[in-house]
This record gives sequence, C-alpha cells and structure tokens, in this order.
Amino acid sequence: MKLSRPVRAVALMALFAMAFALAGCQRDAQPQWRLTDVSGHLPDLDFRLTDDNGHAVTGADYKGKVVLMYFGYTHCPDVCPLTLTQLHVVMQRLGAPADDARILFVSVDPARDTPEIMHAYVNAFDKRAVGLIGSERDTEALAKRYRSAFTREPDRGDGAYDVSHSSAIYIFDRDGKARLLATPSAAQDDIVHDLHLLIGLGAKS
Amino acid sequence: MKTRLIVALAGLTLCFGAQANDAASVHATNAWIRVLPGTLPAGGYVDFANDSDHTLKIVDTDSPAYGHAMLHRSSTDGGMGRMEMLKSVDLPAKSTTKFAPGGYHVMLMDAGKPVKAGDTVVVNFHLADGSVLPVNFVARPANANGPKD
Ligand SMILES: [Cu+2]
Repeated sequence: MKLSRPVRAVALMALFAMAFALAGCQRDAQPQWRLTDVSGHLPDLDFRLTDDNGHAVTGADYKGKVVLMYFGYTHCPDVCPLTLTQLHVVMQRLGAPADDARILFVSVDPARDTPEIMHAYVNAFDKRAVGLIGSERDTEALAKRYRSAFTREPDRGDGAYDVSHSSAIYIFDRDGKARLLATPSAAQDDIVHDLHLLIGLGAKS
Repeated sequence: MKTRLIVALAGLTLCFGAQANDAASVHATNAWIRVLPGTLPAGGYVDFANDSDHTLKIVDTDSPAYGHAMLHRSSTDGGMGRMEMLKSVDLPAKSTTKFAPGGYHVMLMDAGKPVKAGDTVVVNFHLADGSVLPVNFVARPANANGPKD
C-alpha cells in the first residue's frame, strides 16, 4: 500500500508522539525486573546473628548495602558452592558497584559451622561474602520469617549428615526492604541486570 | 572349511574379549575437584563418554587420596537443595554422561593430606563387570567454574 505524502507525515508524527509518551511512562514506572519481584510480600531484613569474625550483628548493620541472602552450610560440597560461585561471578561482572552489595550466607547447620569455618568458607568464594551463624532457634526463626525451610537428614553412619535447604536467593535493597527472589538456576545476566538497577536506586548522589 | 570356522570363532572370542572390559569403552574428560577449606568434603566432576553400543554402569568409586568417596546426586527440585547417595550410575550407550555441579558428583571426604588447588588426584570408578577406570582429577579453587576457568 502506498500512502500519499500528507498521510505519511501524519503517521510519522503519530509514531513519534507514541514513542515519546512511552518513554515518559517508563521513566516514572518501576524498573523492569527480570527476577521475581517480591516487594511488599516478604518482611524487611532483620536478624540477630554472629558473623564469621565472631561479632554479634543485626540486619541494621547492612543498611546502605544491597543484600543477597542465601541459606546453606559448609559441609555442602555441591549446591552451595555452585550458588556461591555463581554469585561471585555476578559480583565480578558488576565491577566497582559490587562494593555496595553483600552476600550473606546464613548457616542452616549451626552444630558444625563455627565462625572460623564460615570465615574460611565464604572468603574462598568472594571477599564481599559474610558468613552468619545463630542458635538452632534463631536460625529456624529467620528461615521461617522468609518462608524458607531446612531439614537435617539422617546420619550417613559415619557421623556425617546432609541438610536439605531452600535454594532461593533473597535480595534486599539498601533500606533492608525485600525486593527480589532468585533461584540458583536464574540466568547470571538477569541477576547482574537487576542488581545494577537495585544498586543504582539508592545510590548516594 | 573347518579351519575357517575355527578362525572365525577365535575372532569372535577375541572380539568378546575386548568388549568384556567395560572400562576400556569409557573415556573420561574434564575431570576436576572443587577444593573447599580445611577438612570439608569436596565435589568431583567429570564427563564420561561411553563409546560402546550398550549401557554401562558405574557401581563404586574410591580414591587413594581420600578416606571416603561416594556417588552422589544433588537436585534443587521444588526449591529445595538436597543430595542423595547413589548405588550406581548408568552410562547410556554412545553418549556422554556428565558429572556436573548441581547434579551427579563424586563426594570426596577425609583427605589423607590436604588437597590444594593445582594438585592432581586419582579417583577410581568401578564398573559393573569388575573393571576399573582410574581418572586424573585436577584440584581447583572453591570458586572455580570448571577444570580451566
Ligand atoms: Cu554430595
């Protein structure tokens, strides 16, 4: 179909107007998250635990940082290292802004995970990772707060045992608000994309 | 005529003789261990190519460098990360079975002496016919993604 010149001009103007309106819309709208948006559906970051340097810490100590919280344990040779390695690669890809983010690795095996073991473990993956340990009760309360779960499996016979645990990664903004949920199988590109946006949201101007 | 038959039979026997060793039909590549700090257990990963035209079975594993070695599989089905011990792992005919993070792995425990990144460690895989496939695994840092990166 051939359009006469005036009709073409009008069509072109309409297109420009539409594009302009859309751009205006997007500037006001929420960022286009690629991970699962949980804003308003999960409680703020709040806990009382011991960090891998043996210091008592609370959720408030991480205000100002974007937090990636993950439940696991050090005697986990496969899934936990896979997830922590993935998060390490994500942090590297973020570059300098990664300094405004922290990986909080919360132990679901406080019986075996001491601050010393946790310290060596998290630092083997990323220098911005923090190991957190609490009593059995505090850990359970924290997991429950985020609708996470863990179960100590039966002894393998030699005193060793595994702990099955939720594999989700909980992402909080700089104000400690729960914002996003990622699974270990989430694409690295998507995690990097969303963290860039989230770190940018509360950046000091 | 008779001699020809005998020669043919001898050839068949030879053929069977070569196939009787399951380990000879399996080729292992990209073998690596994710080394964790201290005495923590480590995961071992490797690709097994079964060149034969029938399914082969790994029924056991051990390593001179570790007190215990086990066949394991992890899963994150339903959002729960868990591990199970396996009695055996099937290697389907004419295909490659991968031991990779988040799935099949060798769980290596109680290292005789600390294994460091850069070390090479032998892990033996026992096949159903009793043959053994020794594989050299390269030890890699905790946050490695594979045998080289
Ligand atoms: Cu395992």
